[in-house]
Amino acid sequence: MSAEKDIVLDVQNLKVDIPVSAGMLHPVRGISFSVARGETLCIVGESGCGKSLTSLALMGLLPKNAQRSADRINFLDQDIQNLKEREMARLRGVKMAMIFQEPMTSLNPSYTISNQLEEVYLRHISSNRAEARERAIFLLGKVGISSAESRLGQYPHQLSGGLRQRVMIAMALMCGPDLIIADEPTTALDVTIQAQILHLLAELQADFDMAMILITHDLGIVARVADKVQVMYAGLTVEEGPCEAVFDTPLHPYTSGLLRCIPVPGKTAPGQPLGTVPGIVPNMVGELQGCMFRNRCEHATDVCETLPNSATQLANGHAFTCRLSPDAATRSEGA
Amino acid sequence: MIAYALKRIFVAFLILLVVSGLTFSLSHLSADPALTIAGEQASDEDIEAVRKLYGFDRPIVEQYGNWLGRALQWDFGDSFHYKAPVVEMISGRIGTTMTLGFLAILFALVISIPLGTLAAMRPNSFIDRFALLIAVFGQALPTFWFALMMIIVFGVWWRWLPISGNTTWAHFVMPTIALGYYATPALMRLTRAGMIEVLGSDYIRTARAKGLSPTVVLFKHALRNAIIPVVALAAVWFGFMLGGSIVIETIFNLKGIGWLSYDALLRSDLPVVQAIVLIFASFYVVLTLLADLLNAYLDPRISVR
Repeated sequence: MSAEKDIVLDVQNLKVDIPVSAGMLHPVRGISFSVARGETLCIVGESGCGKSLTSLALMGLLPKNAQRSADRINFLDQDIQNLKEREMARLRGVKMAMIFQEPMTSLNPSYTISNQLEEVYLRHISSNRAEARERAIFLLGKVGISSAESRLGQYPHQLSGGLRQRVMIAMALMCGPDLIIADEPTTALDVTIQAQILHLLAELQADFDMAMILITHDLGIVARVADKVQVMYAGLTVEEGPCEAVFDTPLHPYTSGLLRCIPVPGKTAPGQPLGTVPGIVPNMVGELQGCMFRNRCEHATDVCETLPNSATQLANGHAFTCRLSPDAATRSEGA
Repeated sequence: MIAYALKRIFVAFLILLVVSGLTFSLSHLSADPALTIAGEQASDEDIEAVRKLYGFDRPIVEQYGNWLGRALQWDFGDSFHYKAPVVEMISGRIGTTMTLGFLAILFALVISIPLGTLAAMRPNSFIDRFALLIAVFGQALPTFWFALMMIIVFGVWWRWLPISGNTTWAHFVMPTIALGYYATPALMRLTRAGMIEVLGSDYIRTARAKGLSPTVVLFKHALRNAIIPVVALAAVWFGFMLGGSIVIETIFNLKGIGWLSYDALLRSDLPVVQAIVLIFASFYVVLTLLADLLNAYLDPRISVR
C-alpha cells in the first residue's frame, strides 16, 4: 500500500444510461475504481450486470444511443470525458487497448494478419512499414505464435480460436499501451486454451508493465491473476478490495454466493456439491430502490426493501455494500 | 484457387451447350425456316425445294450438330433476310450494346453504392428515406415508360438531348440512365443491407478500438466486406443490362445487337436469333463466372470450400 503508485486510470461514479421504450435503462449505476501501472483489476459479475458496457464506456465505444456520465474518468492524469471523438481515437489503440470476447469474429475476414497488426502501428507510431512488420513479428513471438513470419500472410479463417485471440492480444500490444482492457478474453475458448491465454496475459502485463482491467465471470481466473477485485451486481459495485481479502473474507452475500459456485482447493471437500445463486439479475429499468440483490439473497430482511445502500469501508481498501453486518453475511460460510 | 476456377469454367461450358441446344430446337419449333426464306407468295414446290437446299428436311439433331460444328468455328451462317454473314452483322453492332450495358451498370453502381452506404450509416434518417424512395420508383417504373418520359421531357420539351441514333456520346445519356436506373434499386438495397450488417459486426468494433480514422473504418474495413455480394449481383445485372438493351435500343433506335435481335425476331431470321441468344447466354455465363472469381479474390474464405 504505497502512496507512490502510478495511477493509470481513475474512475469516479461512472454511469451508463440507455433510453428504451419502457423508460431509462441503467445498466451501469455509478461505479468507481482505479488501476495503477503493473496492477490487475478484475471486474467480476454474471451476465447482464454491466461489465462489458463499463469497458466500452471507458474506451468511448458505447452504442450511439447510450449515454455516459461520471464525476471523473482520469486517464494518464487527463479527464477524457469531454474529449472529442478524434482525440479519443488518438488514445485508443495507442494508450489504451482492448481485447474482446469473440476472437472468431473480432478480426476482419478480408485482410491478412500482418495487414491488421501493422495498420494500428502505421496509424499511430510511424509510417515505416519495415518497422511495423518487425514489431508485428516480435509480438507474435511474444504471444507464443511459432513461425510468426509465415502466420503474417494468413487470413483469420485459417487460424484457430486460440490463435486468433493471441493475434488480438498482439494487436492490442502493437503500440505499447499503458492500459489494457480484456473483456472476457477466454469465454469463447476451449478450457485447455483458456488457462494458456490467461497465463499469457498475466505474463505480458508484467513484462510490458501495463495496467490491466480484466472483465470476467469466472472467479477461478480472478483468483489466479487479480491484484484487486471489483464485484459488480446490476450495475453497482457490491464488493471491492484486494484479491486475498475478497476471497478469504467475502462480505457481501452475492460474493460469497459466487464463491460457493467454484471449487476452492483446501476449502471444498471432495464430493461436496457446488452451490448456485438462484434467480436472475433484476430488470434495470428505472430508479434504484433498496438493495438490488434482495430477492436473491438468503439473508434479506425488511430493511433491504427500502433503505438505499452505502458502502462500508474496511481497512486495506476492502469495501462492501450491504445492510447486514459482515457476520450475518458470511454466517453460512461457517468461516 | 486454380482448381476452383477450372471447375467453374467446365460448368460454364456445359451450361452454354444446353442453352444452344434449347435455343436451336425452340426456334425451329416456333417457325418454319423454309417458309421464311421462300417468302409469302412461294408455291409448295418452291418451299420444298428450299427445305431440301438448306437441309431443313434432315433430322433436327443432325441440323443442330451441323450448326454447332460451324458455330464452334465462329460461323453462324447467313441472315435469311439481309443475306449477309451473321458474324459480320453482330460484330459491327456489339460495340454499341457493350458500351450501353457498361455505361448503364456503371451508372447504377455510382448511384447505388454511395447512396446505399449513406443510408446504412444513418438508418431511418432523411437520406435513408430518400434512397428508399429512389429504389421504390426504380423498381416500380417500367423501363420503357421511364425512357419515353425522358424522351418527352429532355428530348422534346427542353431539347437537351438527342432522342434517336448512336452517333455521339450524347445519344447514350438517356439510354444509359433509363437502363441503369433499372438496376439501381437492387444494388442499392443490397449495399445498404450489407453495410448495416457489417457496421454492427465485431471486427468493426475492433477497428474502432484500434483508433483508426472513421474513413479507414468505413472504407477499408466495412465497405470492402459489404461490397462482396454487390459485386456478384452487379455482374449478373450487367448481363441483364445487355439483354435488357433489346427494349432500350429499340426505343432509342440505338443499332446494337438488342435492336438487331428485335428486328430478327420480327422477320423470323433464325440464324441471327440463334446467334444472338447464344451470345447473350455466353455473356451471362462468363459474367457469372467472373463474379465468382472476383468474389473468391475479394473474400479469401470462398475458394477454400
